[in-house]
Amino acid sequence: MSGKKSDFVKFEQVDKSYDGKELVVKGLDLDIAEGEFLTLLGPSGSGKTTTLMMLAGFETPTNGEIYFDGNPINNIPPHKRGIGMVFQNYALFPHLSVFENLAFPLKVRKIDKSEIEERINKTLKMVSLTGFENRMPAQLSGGQQQRVAVARALVFDPKLVLMDEPLGALDKNLRESMQYELKHIHETLGVTVVYVTHDQGEALTMSNRIAVFNDGKVQQLSGPNELYETPVNSFVAGFIGENNTFTGTVKELASGSAKVETSTGEIIIANPIAVSSAGEKSRISLRPERVSINPTEQIENRFEAEIKEIIYHGDHTRVRVNLLGNDDFILKVPNASSNSKLNLGDKLNLGWSSQDCRALDY
Amino acid sequence: MSAEIRTSDGELLSVKLRKVERRRRATAFLLAAPLLFFIVFAYVIPIFQMLGRSVDNVQMNEFLSNTHEAMQSWDGSEMPGEDVTSTFFYELKGLVEEKNHGKIATRLNYEKGGFTSLIKKTSRKLKDFDENGNFLDQFIDVHKKWGDIEYWLALKRGTDAYHYRKYLTTFDYEQKFDGSIERIPEKKRINVTLWLRTIFVAAGVTFCCFLLAYPISHLLSVLPTRYSNLLMICVLLPFWTSLLVRTSSWMVLLQKQGVLNDTLVSLGIVADEGRLELMYNMTGTFIAMTQILLPFMVLPLYSVMKTIPPSLMRAATSMGATPFLAFRKIYFPLTYAGISAGSILVFVLSIGYYITPALVGGAKGTLISNRIAYHMQQSLDWSLATAMAAVLLVAVLIVYWLYNKIVGIDNMRLG
Repeated sequence: MSGKKSDFVKFEQVDKSYDGKELVVKGLDLDIAEGEFLTLLGPSGSGKTTTLMMLAGFETPTNGEIYFDGNPINNIPPHKRGIGMVFQNYALFPHLSVFENLAFPLKVRKIDKSEIEERINKTLKMVSLTGFENRMPAQLSGGQQQRVAVARALVFDPKLVLMDEPLGALDKNLRESMQYELKHIHETLGVTVVYVTHDQGEALTMSNRIAVFNDGKVQQLSGPNELYETPVNSFVAGFIGENNTFTGTVKELASGSAKVETSTGEIIIANPIAVSSAGEKSRISLRPERVSINPTEQIENRFEAEIKEIIYHGDHTRVRVNLLGNDDFILKVPNASSNSKLNLGDKLNLGWSSQDCRALDY
Repeated sequence: MSAEIRTSDGELLSVKLRKVERRRRATAFLLAAPLLFFIVFAYVIPIFQMLGRSVDNVQMNEFLSNTHEAMQSWDGSEMPGEDVTSTFFYELKGLVEEKNHGKIATRLNYEKGGFTSLIKKTSRKLKDFDENGNFLDQFIDVHKKWGDIEYWLALKRGTDAYHYRKYLTTFDYEQKFDGSIERIPEKKRINVTLWLRTIFVAAGVTFCCFLLAYPISHLLSVLPTRYSNLLMICVLLPFWTSLLVRTSSWMVLLQKQGVLNDTLVSLGIVADEGRLELMYNMTGTFIAMTQILLPFMVLPLYSVMKTIPPSLMRAATSMGATPFLAFRKIYFPLTYAGISAGSILVFVLSIGYYITPALVGGAKGTLISNRIAYHMQQSLDWSLATAMAAVLLVAVLIVYWLYNKIVGIDNMRLG
């Protein structure tokens, strides 16, 4: 659909401090487009939940302004913002039935009875909980409570829904199926979702864009695949997915290629992303699946490694090798019949393209 | 019915389970036994004895058993015959020899005023009686009250082994000698006023405690632990101080020349001659009891509020409810269990409160418990005191019953 705002929600130079000594959020600039599923991803204490709470209105920015649909909302109390929210522990009202929980935001808006009923039926159908109207929250399983919480945040048709680690309390299988369900609900309704999680898998599965938070700052804001394939700094590279790293010094820097000398004295040819001059220290990041074993094609980086450990993982085998002084270099080898002859202590020829190995900040 | 389930060695499962569980149950019982023993001997038995005392008149019945028996055939329409009066003469004589006539005088005085002096005077004159007959006239000669048939009727009624008249007195009713039940003259009515006042004060104190405790408890439940601990100590501090000390300090504060009045006068809020009467009336009772019973409201409220996650209020406001509406629809209903537990505690405690009203209540601020104490210590009408206590006990049981009906006793949380 055209005509959707790209700055539906806008954070402008937002700082937040709780104690006047430390900034939890530092100079945050963030635009959220209408209808997008944006995930704030980061370790605990990185400022992602604080950001969400400022958007919901439960925390006030210490500095800067937040705009929602073009209007500044710093001085608007949470109940006037019209933003739906799903809480970490669902926050269902324990003394009200599922129906009454869902009716709460509608009654507050003085919507008449027949429409309330209609909307609740529609919403419960969407989360496949038809027939649970009269249950009390305590009589529901964790997954069902989760669905009720989502339904309650959506039932009053908010333009923006915030979710604060909503799947954190569920077990793994349920969490995965709920991820797809939330994604489908988002696609069906076209509502804007801001989602907070510390689980990168969850973020990659569901989001249109992911903002990786660390230390109060957005480290990288991009789609799931760019985030994984082209991390812009060492933190993102290390936080998202599995990552092999080398540390070294930049010897030569040309456009599109850098020669980095590792601690063992070898030269790796890498893609310079976050290095600006020769002589700088750099951390080189390389995804395990981008390393080929006994490469036949022409490839810039070729080294010999020794197998230290073999761990069977069902669909693939993880092989830990010693490479260029890094004892924790991980390879992922698909469990095809041709690869079954790996043995401890074997020497392997490894190679990778300079494009796949990124020279990042130290 | 499903087939009988047996264990691997062929025993019936239910039998086997009972065997295994028996030992555990015995242990549990042994652990609870001291408490059970204590409750039975220090609580249940004394209470039943007390309840018995309110209807028990067996001693009187034994002292004057022959008279009582002789009076059964007397219908009370005219003066008793010689059989009754002579039996009474000999029995009274025996009692005087055993020096027990004082006891019956006191007891009979409850039935009809004037009996104390009547028995005493008669006892002194018994040796002058002519034992050959005409006892009634001789009694009347000793004291003309014996000519009043009501004294003989009182004697008959006063020697019944059991009676329920003390319960009538408790509610300001009396039983006339013709058996009819009437309210006592208006000037003498005091108990009903006291009952009503007691209930009013208990309800009022409960409400005041609720008003004061609710915000404190909320604050306690949301403050970080180190502050809430400090505040909790402030709440509990009076708990660790002697009740008497606390009540007396209220006397220092509230009396006419007390701290509070002095402050008000020096600030010019009240004139020196218009010092407030804060003590020896209901105001004093109210203020002191509210302060003393406050922790009993705070603790259950706090324990319930502590369990309400703050995200519920946030969720409610995020859905568009104003903070007030969110409080009224979400937070407040979730604290019902605490409110009811606190209220029942404070109400039950204040309905039987004694020391505080006795010290700061004056005449207008005394409660039914002070009346019970008066009958225990001053008037020595133990039957009446125990009858009142029994009514108080029943009142408390009714409150519990209502609580259980409405809230469910299982929902009570006391901290």
